[in-house]
Amino acid sequence: MATIFDNEQRTETATGGDAFGRWIGRHPVWALIIAVAVIFVLWLVLAPWPAGFEQVFGKKLIFINALFNGITLGGLYFLVAAGFTLIFGLMRNVNLAHGSLYLFGGYMGYEATQWTGSWLFSYVIAFLSCAVVGVAMQFFIFRRMEGQDLRQTLVTLGLSIVFSDLMVWVWGGNAIQIDTPDYLDGPVGMPIVVFVKSNGEAFYLHYPAVRLVIFAAAVVIGVGMWLALNRTRIGVMIRAGVDDRDMLSVLGYRVQLLFVVVFAFGAGLAGMAGIVGGTFQSLSLGEDSHFLLASLVVVIVGGMGSIPGAAIGALIIALSEQIGTVYFQNYSTVLSFLIMVIVLALRPQGLLGRR
Amino acid sequence: MALAETTRETPLGVGEAQRGGEFGRWVSRHALILLLGVFMMIFPAIANDFFLRQIAGWTMILGMIALSLMFLGGYGGMVSLAQMTVAGVAGYMIAVLGVSSLPKVSFFWPWWVAAPLAIVIAVAFGTLAGALSARTEGIYTIMITLALATSFFYLALQNWPIFNGFNGFTTIPAPHFFGVKWGDPVPLYYMILFFAALSYVVVLYVSRSPFGLALQGVRDNPRRMEAIGYNVTAHRIAAYAFAAVIAAIGGILLVWQNNQISPFSVDVAVVINLLVIAVVGGLGHPIGPFIGAFIYVMLRTFALDALVAVGLDGRRFQTLIGLGFLVIVLFSPDGVVGLWRRWVTRVGATNGRSGR
Repeated sequence: MATIFDNEQRTETATGGDAFGRWIGRHPVWALIIAVAVIFVLWLVLAPWPAGFEQVFGKKLIFINALFNGITLGGLYFLVAAGFTLIFGLMRNVNLAHGSLYLFGGYMGYEATQWTGSWLFSYVIAFLSCAVVGVAMQFFIFRRMEGQDLRQTLVTLGLSIVFSDLMVWVWGGNAIQIDTPDYLDGPVGMPIVVFVKSNGEAFYLHYPAVRLVIFAAAVVIGVGMWLALNRTRIGVMIRAGVDDRDMLSVLGYRVQLLFVVVFAFGAGLAGMAGIVGGTFQSLSLGEDSHFLLASLVVVIVGGMGSIPGAAIGALIIALSEQIGTVYFQNYSTVLSFLIMVIVLALRPQGLLGRR
Repeated sequence: MALAETTRETPLGVGEAQRGGEFGRWVSRHALILLLGVFMMIFPAIANDFFLRQIAGWTMILGMIALSLMFLGGYGGMVSLAQMTVAGVAGYMIAVLGVSSLPKVSFFWPWWVAAPLAIVIAVAFGTLAGALSARTEGIYTIMITLALATSFFYLALQNWPIFNGFNGFTTIPAPHFFGVKWGDPVPLYYMILFFAALSYVVVLYVSRSPFGLALQGVRDNPRRMEAIGYNVTAHRIAAYAFAAVIAAIGGILLVWQNNQISPFSVDVAVVINLLVIAVVGGLGHPIGPFIGAFIYVMLRTFALDALVAVGLDGRRFQTLIGLGFLVIVLFSPDGVVGLWRRWVTRVGATNGRSGR
């Protein structure tokens, strides 16, 4: 069974920092390899590349941009996949309409920015409108077919067909871009040397502020979710529900209410991610299946039902996608596909998933 | 599970067993399907090219690809969304290895080399997809195969050296042998009919063979089958390989009928529509996918006019498909075949009661 939290946290709280030291003692070779890899990556990022190295691997600027794009895209993928994996973990419902919720949230956010002119306010609108759709889906449809996983999945598939066609009807097939607000527009300087000019002057990386802010927000949301799941009463209920929802309802907790709340939250997250996606990239026909695929691959790699798994999976997939588009243009999707195949072959339950 | 109930073998014919020997009984038991066969044989005599190509051709090709999904879903309990992709791989390979309008990419090998090789490659892909998802069950299979299918779509879209990116391949002619131009409407119709009928019969045969029965056992209770000594994973992978053969042939016919293939022949909408076809038709009997394909093709062809006729926007065809699918999933999980069976049992029951 997959869970939202994993065992590692328990051992960590029990033994504190020792666990890390003991792990190094038990796997000295792996520890060395990981240490070397970390140092190499840090060198790649921080140091200006020597000329010979740049000749083989291309400009450092390109690599750093791909790396930053990958990490920030990972934040976006995490926002989409977290709701997907949360809903799956608790309700065993593979919500294949999740991509449609993402796109719907993006469009609603676009409308909100058009009407009110406030980018931040549009997140509220997107969250609420997607949450309402999520509640309606849970209340009117999934509640009636509890325990029938396959049928629920087929229903979400049918809904995704209808939703995507209706959205084409309302918003048309053209790409829509949500404007970045003025206070986040433009690049910021980063303390990373990209190259050194011939006169010895260092050139620092400039990166779009909005992407960094959104990534920070994704991290905050992720940590917030982790805290909510592990430190609050409703988090305890959700975790108990993941492990045994029948027992939870026997104990007198209102499981149906919990389901509705979790579905609303997961759908709302997807809706907020829609605005992020609309600001990073654009919203158009087909983006729903793109983000459905992203969340599928992320949770398959990270482990189904695990929030930390979703974070790791999102980072891996987004990085491989961005690095892939830069270095192996024609085969970038093959890279994330290969990662999925390898993970499935070695650990069918995903990196942090539990059977 | 509901799937288990629906796949029990009941002949589709209504006829009661009659006196008159083995053959007569066989004919009366299969009256409907035999009538359908005869009708399909003489169909070109009464239909024009539009009906041959756009209705009958599409129905049988989509039916074949959906049949491979039905075999996996109905007998194996594995709803694989990668079957359209297997067909797409075969279609792409016939364009790459055979003849197309792109001399830079295509190898221009004769069809009797290209077609078998395309099938082999597609079956290898289908078996790989099976090997990846066979260790998981139920909804996990859907997720993994959907991820595979979508990855292939993006690969075909982004890759120019092999798949020619966004444009795909055009002008892929059907072969020309035995003095027949197989691309002409009537020969093409008979070729598609031959393969569709063949795959239908073979699926029916395999479902009653020891392998098919073991597969149904694996579907109903993998643990018990494992305990008796069956290799559950091997049976599942073999089922994927078998289904991939049917899907691959369907994919090649699709390209010969359509004369082109592009990423949008295998995009998510198509993959999902194929599942819709299989589920609406019914996963309980090999005829189901063909019925589903017929309904789908009729809707696709005439929904525009029908929607406009009742005063709605004709472009909302996809919504209609989605709503129809929802209604079927919500009210008749075993599809049209299930509806038909229930109707037959009810009629049979009332007849029995009045006769008594």
